[in-house]
Amino acid sequence: MIGVLGELLLTTGVVMMLFVTWQMWFGDMIIGSQKQAEASALAQQWQAGAPVAPSGSDGAAGDPGVVPVLAEPGRGAEFGVMHVPRFGPDWQFTIASGTAKKAILDEGYIGHYDGSAMPGAEGNMAVAAHRWTSGAPFDPVDRLVIGDAIVVQTQDGWYTYRFRNVEYVQDTAIEVLNPVPQQVDLAANGRFLTLTSCAPKLNMLERIISYAVFDEFTPTADGPPASLTEGVDA
Amino acid sequence: MYAALWRILPGPSWIRVVLLLILAAAALYALFFWVFPAVAPFFAPGEESTVG
Repeated sequence: MIGVLGELLLTTGVVMMLFVTWQMWFGDMIIGSQKQAEASALAQQWQAGAPVAPSGSDGAAGDPGVVPVLAEPGRGAEFGVMHVPRFGPDWQFTIASGTAKKAILDEGYIGHYDGSAMPGAEGNMAVAAHRWTSGAPFDPVDRLVIGDAIVVQTQDGWYTYRFRNVEYVQDTAIEVLNPVPQQVDLAANGRFLTLTSCAPKLNMLERIISYAVFDEFTPTADGPPASLTEGVDA
Repeated sequence: MYAALWRILPGPSWIRVVLLLILAAAALYALFFWVFPAVAPFFAPGEESTVG
């Protein structure tokens, strides 16, 4: 009887160590690839559902210079997919509305801060995602290089932002979410994208904040933009 | 427990070893792909924090 108890305890210990191993090295790969497959399906669905561009006219899309902006959807709605060529051709995660920890972030979504700008809109589009656990969408966020494309795809098309700079802040630095990041009482004067995540990795002492500025919009009907596949020498 | 498992398995020793390895691999697969993903939310770090 004692022997069986001992074996059970040993087995429990081994399983717990296996869990730590999984959490550290395998879980994000397994969950992440699942989340990326879901994001890919969503992106392809938008692309397939796009109206064919009427040749020689702009159709309903209006002026090519006008960037369509979605209305902010209800919490939890999956309204975008983020692609970053720097992180690999398969790196894509779904952007959902809101940053609730359990419902959004822990589900492997990139969460869009309530009230922050929508893709393409004047102001600051701020998003958050896990750097570790739950598929860890922003695991590689510290590998961005100046000028890297960060492409946000919605049903309307692709919004290409260009990475500009990174900074590390305290977790109280909510100014990074301002219409002009880090500027108090300044009205929006550009289109920014702000990625927030944890730093150092496996830790929550500080936050890593990556800023990007809007570059161009490509309607769905025009097909994927070059920024999506631009060669990145790793 | 493990002694009983060894007795239950058929064949000569080397077959039992192979069977045990297969069982261990199956257990590992079940843990990694079903059990751990299911329990991971309960061990999520930083419950009080916005981003982890």
